[in-house]
Amino acid sequence: MEKRYIYSLFVENKPGVLSRISGLLTRRGFNIESISAAETEKAGISLLMVEFFADEAMAEQIKKQLDKQVDVYEIKELRAPEAVTREHIMVKVKAEPDERMSLISVAGIFRANVIDVSPHSMIVELTGEASKLKAFIEALKAYGIIQVARTGAIGMIRQGEPHLEKEY
Amino acid sequence: MIKTGAQIVMECLIEQGVDTVFGYPGGTVIDLYDALYEYSDRLDHVISAHEQGAAHAADGYARSTGKPGVVFATSGPGATNLVTGLATAYMDSVPVVAITGNVNINNLGTDAFQEIDIYGVTFPITKYSFIVKDQKDIADTIRRAFYIAQEGRPGPVLVDILKNAQAGKTEFEPKVPREIMPKNNRLKVDDIEEATSMINESKKPVIFAGGGVIASNASEALVRFADRIGAPVSLSMMGLGGCPADYPYFTGMLGMHGTKVSSNAVTNCDLLIVAGARMSERVTGNAKTFATHAKILHIDVDPAEINKVIPSTKSVTGDLKTVLGILEKKVEQKTDETWRNQILEWKKEYPPVAENIGEIPPYRLIKAVEKRMDEDTVIVTDVGQHQIWTAQYYSIKKPRTFISSGGLGTMGFGMGAAIGAQKGNPGKKVVLFTGDGSFQMNCNEFVTAVMQKMNILVVVVNNGVLGMVRQWQKLMYNRHYSQTTLERKIDYVKFAEAFGGRGFNVNTMEELETALDEAMQTEGPVILNANIDMDVNVLPMVPPGNKYNQQIFKIEV
Repeated sequence: MEKRYIYSLFVENKPGVLSRISGLLTRRGFNIESISAAETEKAGISLLMVEFFADEAMAEQIKKQLDKQVDVYEIKELRAPEAVTREHIMVKVKAEPDERMSLISVAGIFRANVIDVSPHSMIVELTGEASKLKAFIEALKAYGIIQVARTGAIGMIRQGEPHLEKEY
Repeated sequence: MIKTGAQIVMECLIEQGVDTVFGYPGGTVIDLYDALYEYSDRLDHVISAHEQGAAHAADGYARSTGKPGVVFATSGPGATNLVTGLATAYMDSVPVVAITGNVNINNLGTDAFQEIDIYGVTFPITKYSFIVKDQKDIADTIRRAFYIAQEGRPGPVLVDILKNAQAGKTEFEPKVPREIMPKNNRLKVDDIEEATSMINESKKPVIFAGGGVIASNASEALVRFADRIGAPVSLSMMGLGGCPADYPYFTGMLGMHGTKVSSNAVTNCDLLIVAGARMSERVTGNAKTFATHAKILHIDVDPAEINKVIPSTKSVTGDLKTVLGILEKKVEQKTDETWRNQILEWKKEYPPVAENIGEIPPYRLIKAVEKRMDEDTVIVTDVGQHQIWTAQYYSIKKPRTFISSGGLGTMGFGMGAAIGAQKGNPGKKVVLFTGDGSFQMNCNEFVTAVMQKMNILVVVVNNGVLGMVRQWQKLMYNRHYSQTTLERKIDYVKFAEAFGGRGFNVNTMEELETALDEAMQTEGPVILNANIDMDVNVLPMVPPGNKYNQQIFKIEV
């Protein structure tokens, strides 16, 4: 049975790493749901998040294939309750002046922020777990969604420190 | 001391113990070759006819010696010509270090003349690749490249060095190379304990070993372990030489063209020990039906190979030689000979299948060559029917004496690989078994063997067709021999002579014997073209998708 996985990877921060990692996943026939990368507080090290749907055996294989990459220091699966995960979305929704108040109150229920108001639309942003974002998008559908931008999932394990020893 | 980037490359190669480089000069590696000129007393260079040949030569050198093979090529086409060679080495886990030049940093990314992103191109076909833009980074990059290529599960590494970095000067300090230790960082006591009890409980164990036996120099440990646990040994094609072919309990290969004895052994075993093999579909047949009745113990240095294709009952992750050594000491000595005697009976009952078709049946051809060679002779093959016949019939007794492209199945691999093998083993005889199709792919490289005065014997097993594809067309495509009938009327005697070597053309066993005797006395490379029947098959065969033990022993013509 397929389920959602998020892997967090500490990698060497250098050109080509993201391309190498995403290429590896594509080549082996794994479908990536989202991938994000940014530098960390540690010099020369980036943190990469990969989100995908897979069955257990496939997820294990993905983990092993990623783990043996020269650029990968550490790979961990992020799953509740040991880990917390979040995603950030921005949604541009149709909103004529008479619909604005209604939309603002929906956003309020989800603790989303309105970050732009244009003559015929508004942009709202929300950070949360995948299930909350899904419910939010459902609620906005009634107004007419023009565009959604998502960051992809990020997260971290509640306790402990990453183990960043270099193998090569 | 202050040196140019190119000189630092040479210093680092020497530091790593390299004495031979294969390659081909070009615009962006003139600096590299200029430094090579200066270091020519310590670094030998073999110029190939084509960069692909140089890449295969570096590969053949590495496979036959165990030391990393090194290849130089220029940017653009020089670099892309390495691609097939690197992919071949990658699929078979061979330590090759490729060093390419690239355009000056000012021109990088401008589609300059002969500019190609070989660093990016080689992502999927190397263990790792580097691009070096500054001479200050050259020394450490080359050192890392050699370490990565050889460490754990070996593989090819590419280092692309910009022209400005080769020419630029910087401080160089010699360094003792980091020692390559057996990779046992994931070896766990619990795994060893569980493996030990599995083996002790087993009454009918079988060992199936692959290329990992060769890579970790575990062949002696393998035989000792097999004797200790009372198991027969089957090998994948990549494992050939890992257990001597004359070991009484050696059952031959397993899989698509494996023996009946191996398939019987696996069908009847209660424990299958997979040792340094990646269980390709050429071995397992339909993976879902592979040895489902038996417990499987998988030993591999690469954790990603465990459970990749075949779910294992238990596994041990570590260097094969280390693991086999530990297990041999821990497990009980088996005294019951019933299972092994059964293997011997099967071996009597099912001798190798060999179709006796045509004036020169392949079996007899290979045996006629074999009887003139010693067990140190390095046997190289190309890809196709001749490759499997050689793997099936030639008794390979020592590791690193059977060189063949297994994973990628690269037609045209052989000539370059034979040159590399000969360069790495100047005292040994090298024989290349090739097909007419394979040989014609890279026969240009014969001139390299001539120039190097190498006594390579090239046996062209010539059936005038692309035999392996024809065999599949015969079996599964209604005998539609679409584009597989070559029947090129090449005069191989003239071909060999035109390149400066010697050629023989034989049509009967008698002619073959005479020509072989003469070839053995000939200095320099020899092409022996043996015309065989176009409809000899590689048997037994497990047709694709079949269960591993559903073999066929005959294909009706």
